[in-house]
Amino acid sequence: MAWFRREQTSLPRGQQESRVPEGLYVKCDSCKELIYRKDLAENLQVCPKCSFHFRISARERLDLLCDPGWEEFDRGLVSTDPLQFKDTKPYAGRLKDSKAKTDALDAVMTAAGAVSSLPVVVAAMEYGFIGGSMGVVVGEKVTRAVERALESRHPLIVVSCSGGARMMEGTLSLMQMAKISAALARLHEARIPFLSLMTDPTTGGVTASYAMLGDLNLAEPGALIGFAGPRVIEQTIRQKLPEGFQRSEFLLQHGMIDLVVDRRELKETVARCLRLLG
Amino acid sequence: MAADGDFEAPLRDLEKRIEELAAYPGDAAKEAEAARLRRELDQQRRAVFSKLTPWQKTKVARHPDRPYTLDYVEALFTEFTEVHGDRRFADDPALVCGFAFYKGRPVAVVGHQKGRDTKQKIYRNFGMPKPEGYRKALRVMQLAAKFGRPIVTFVDTPGAYPGLDAEERGQAEAIAVNLREMAPLPVPIIVNVTGEGGSGGALAIAVGDRVNMLEHSVYSVISPEGCASILWRDAGRAEQAADAMKITADHLKGFGIVDEIVPEPPGGANVDPEAQFRSLDRVLEAQLAELSAVPTASLADSRYEKFRRMGRLGQEFKDVPSA
Repeated sequence: MAWFRREQTSLPRGQQESRVPEGLYVKCDSCKELIYRKDLAENLQVCPKCSFHFRISARERLDLLCDPGWEEFDRGLVSTDPLQFKDTKPYAGRLKDSKAKTDALDAVMTAAGAVSSLPVVVAAMEYGFIGGSMGVVVGEKVTRAVERALESRHPLIVVSCSGGARMMEGTLSLMQMAKISAALARLHEARIPFLSLMTDPTTGGVTASYAMLGDLNLAEPGALIGFAGPRVIEQTIRQKLPEGFQRSEFLLQHGMIDLVVDRRELKETVARCLRLLG
Repeated sequence: MAADGDFEAPLRDLEKRIEELAAYPGDAAKEAEAARLRRELDQQRRAVFSKLTPWQKTKVARHPDRPYTLDYVEALFTEFTEVHGDRRFADDPALVCGFAFYKGRPVAVVGHQKGRDTKQKIYRNFGMPKPEGYRKALRVMQLAAKFGRPIVTFVDTPGAYPGLDAEERGQAEAIAVNLREMAPLPVPIIVNVTGEGGSGGALAIAVGDRVNMLEHSVYSVISPEGCASILWRDAGRAEQAADAMKITADHLKGFGIVDEIVPEPPGGANVDPEAQFRSLDRVLEAQLAELSAVPTASLADSRYEKFRRMGRLGQEFKDVPSA
């Protein structure tokens, strides 16, 4: 049926995992404006009209936050599927699909780099990988990032974007919350700054462990942040949730985060926080 | 109990027949028959309970006659003095905290508390704590550290309360802070999962030097129903989800998450609570003696190492450098 068949060419790594849909123009999820794709990219995937923050990949996040030349570490860590888990399809298959779909081997990328010339250790979560869920590999990589921050005495930045603990690794996933938090206790003791940035969405076991433990908790505007998901809460209390519930601004108002930061000012703000604390 | 998991039906049948026979005191033949049935019941209980499926264990773990924290406190501790409130907002009856003597030795006790009748269930919020509960628990654990008291916790919760007010007051933050602060506490911490270990709401009082699980208790990242409704899009698949998530004590011991499985009497803790108290007592006594001999400084280090090893290279994950 196709008269002209397009050659199967894969985009270079680093471009293919953007959450922004393909095409010359992109429709904003929030204000429904059509945005020229290039404008959106230049605006750090923030809608120029309404400032809606599109979700971005871990690699895009690292590029945005760090000076050029950041280096990923522990890239090769992968899950062995310890439970041999299977729901409607095998977990092994989900892992394989996510590896093909994203530029990551699990739901977090960890790197050593610098923010405005200030050396840091950064972990950025990859939502495209099974909803950014935290299993053993995420737990191990984030813990190693904390330990690296401890050794190098460089500040730690963790960018969360996750639905929570990964069901397919069962109670092992739950234990990662304790493992990472225990490492953060040591970082706290060593008085090395830890900035936590929450992006849309940050929920469940990720919120209930490292995401909420920053010396400063930052959030992108309009991000869904909470412990229980909104649907679960609605089912529990059997009433509609108020407008803006569990959004960054709501958390700011309730004293759970320090700053809501526009992505276009993120790097500058992070650098300033580091200079003020570290 | 729902028909799909009514593995106890034949047992209840026997129980009923024994009860009927008890209505004839002094009748030697009926007493002999009752004794025979009791032996049979015991045998059948052992048979049924030695091969419970994960879903059946979930039901046993949720059994309303199962001993709760305050039952253990009453049986195993003396002079229990409950303390209240997080000094920030409120007291949370879903999480009880206090100090007591264990075989003459002062300790801190922290545990989820469910209710038995409707009124109690509502008062205890079905054992689902709010942030103030976790903050109270932390306050008491820090007091324990201040005065050098070992901490014994009892875990039995469907999960932290998923409600609007809990979110507003920082449910996630309260749990997170407990995880971070429990890790380096300079006193022995013994954790006992006695019923449902429901996700983060359980873990928030479960970072310990020893983690014990009662034989038929469960400990999971999400309830089987929750997992089923997300992954299968059908809460009715809970049985499959319970199976897939490996939530039972034997599996978790294999992963290094659980140290010791506390045996339950035939038929489960709910059938013979006294036997359960004795069974747990033996474990507690031994572990407390063992941990008391460990210097405080290395206590926190080995606790760190214990959780650090959850997820082991070459077992639960591997390193593929060329990837």
